Amino acid sequence: MSVLSLRGITKSYGGNVILKSVGLEAEAGEFIALVGPSGCGKSTLLRIVAGLDHGDTGEIVIGGRDVARMAAADRNVAMVFQSYALYPHLTAGQNIAVPLAMRRLTAMQRLPGIGNFLPGQRQIRTDIQRQVKEMALALKIDHLLDRKPGQMSGGQRQRVALARAMVRRPAVFLMDEPLSNLDANLRVHARGEIVDLHRRAGVPTLYVTHDQSEALSMADRVAVMIGGNLLQLATPKEIYDNPSHIEVARFLGQPKINVLETRIDVAGLVRFGDLVLLANRGQVSDASVKLAIRPEFVRFNPASARRLSARVERMEFLGSEVIVHARLDAIGEVMTSKATPAEAAAWTIGQPVDVEIMPERTMLFDQQGVRLLAEPVAAAAALEKIDG
Amino acid sequence: MTSNAFSVARIARLTVLSLGALLFLAPYIFMVSTAGKPQSEIFSSSLSLIPQQWSYVENFTKALSRVSMTTLLFNGVIVCALIFVIQIVVAIPCAYAMAKLKFRAARTMMVLVMLGLLVPIHATALPIYVAFDKLSVLNTYTALVAPFSISVFAIFLFLQFFRAMPDDLIHAARLDGMSEAGIVARVIVPNAWPAITAFAIFSVVAHWNDLFWPLIVVTNQDYATPPLGLLYFRAAESGDDYGALMAATLIITLPLVTAFLLAQKRFVEGITMTGLKG
Repeated sequence: MSVLSLRGITKSYGGNVILKSVGLEAEAGEFIALVGPSGCGKSTLLRIVAGLDHGDTGEIVIGGRDVARMAAADRNVAMVFQSYALYPHLTAGQNIAVPLAMRRLTAMQRLPGIGNFLPGQRQIRTDIQRQVKEMALALKIDHLLDRKPGQMSGGQRQRVALARAMVRRPAVFLMDEPLSNLDANLRVHARGEIVDLHRRAGVPTLYVTHDQSEALSMADRVAVMIGGNLLQLATPKEIYDNPSHIEVARFLGQPKINVLETRIDVAGLVRFGDLVLLANRGQVSDASVKLAIRPEFVRFNPASARRLSARVERMEFLGSEVIVHARLDAIGEVMTSKATPAEAAAWTIGQPVDVEIMPERTMLFDQQGVRLLAEPVAAAAALEKIDG
Repeated sequence: MTSNAFSVARIARLTVLSLGALLFLAPYIFMVSTAGKPQSEIFSSSLSLIPQQWSYVENFTKALSRVSMTTLLFNGVIVCALIFVIQIVVAIPCAYAMAKLKFRAARTMMVLVMLGLLVPIHATALPIYVAFDKLSVLNTYTALVAPFSISVFAIFLFLQFFRAMPDDLIHAARLDGMSEAGIVARVIVPNAWPAITAFAIFSVVAHWNDLFWPLIVVTNQDYATPPLGLLYFRAAESGDDYGALMAATLIITLPLVTAFLLAQKRFVEGITMTGLKG
């Protein structure tokens, strides 16, 4: 059963289309990362779900209720902001207590002075204090409850913001780049903590980030948004291995995927060096297409008389691996390969190499960027097909 | 050598500052001095700051007995407090709405605020006076307070301050379940103290010292504010007893001076408007 479903959400600001009919379904307890380059509309989408912004059209269903026209407070969603947005005048403990107090106490009971004399108020307040304490213990911030946000470090503020959002057990949890203000070491550590917390709480989470490694490492499913479109929503492995669009393939993966312009002939065959691919019939024929292959499936071998030759142009040493860039002699394009330091020790800049592409890992996209289904065939078999 | 040069520069700076301070304090010092002199000594040809014959007690007794000083001070406090509280209650929600909410009239309101800043009270004094007369509210606190209840200056000041507050803070408050009024009371006001203090100085000083408006709408001594009271005092004394007059002036300026000295640090903070961070 989907606990959060978005259908056909559009948004434009004065003729500027930000979201072009975005749809998404989240299952119970799922962690979905919305990832994309800046300006792709991912934060706008999150704000529309939260109710801080309103979409032009579309349906937002949370736990079976259509909330598209509801105020933010009534949607039962909680959000962690990039800036944390803690109340600067309240201590950490008071910050965490705010969402509980706003929901559990009536307006009269919240009044300072008079409120203290109303029946039931004391009971609720001690209850809230207990919950705040529990939440703080779970996040290991119980020693910070009396400090104000100004007296805390970035990592501590981030935890307080998490605690404030989680303490009232929302139907949906929204996070807007909560880790981008932390330093690199802390960020990797905090990733694990958020995933842990999410597992324990089991609240479906929409997590906006521009960092692909965050998205791939944390999420159950990753949604890639580019230019106001949600291009693909799939598990991290699926979206990495099988991108449905060239932009998804280009956005994910470090270093970037290799993309080469080539042609598909009338018979649906694509030739590139020794490689021959046969595209499924009825897609396109006799047109230019894009051939894509991830750097880890490209190997540079010592030069021989083979057809795809290149020259090493640049090498990036990254410790456990070396990224090697080589320019193809035939078409002047640069190809990137991931090599082990041992392999790379053999190369020098300007050295001629042979390029070997793993045929079963190549992907084909048409000019609009849509994936074409294709499978590698042996050169001999391909020739037979043409003859036959 | 450097320390020597530094101290020379320091002495020069301090001298300039002291001379400036003396220049500004001179009338006040003279007032304190005159308040302690008997009538004969004030008009003597010799000019001395220290009274030869101390008559502070005498002058202060006169100042306190001739005019009802407590009524004056009480009126001053009531009028200033009412004006300030109403100005804050009106201006803060208004500035919040203009700074953080999107609505169609926002632009028009901005234009109106700007226009309001351009019109001085003296231009509208006569129509307001006539209206108050027709409503027969002359010689009341209403007449003293009402024209100042909406301060476009306050709206403008708070508007600038609220615009600098992060939007996410307000978004977080909305998600936490606060109403717009709740956001103003629980998030905006507690974080706007620097702006409120800064405005408090402007408002209270301006209205405590205001003579123009009370002079127009008040003829009954019971509603006179301190500066107006001074005017009556002069009239009552045929304008000659400067010793008692200065004593009365001293009493009237004392509350503001003590208030400022007590809260000096906060006031300076308020004027420099140290914004909130994070």
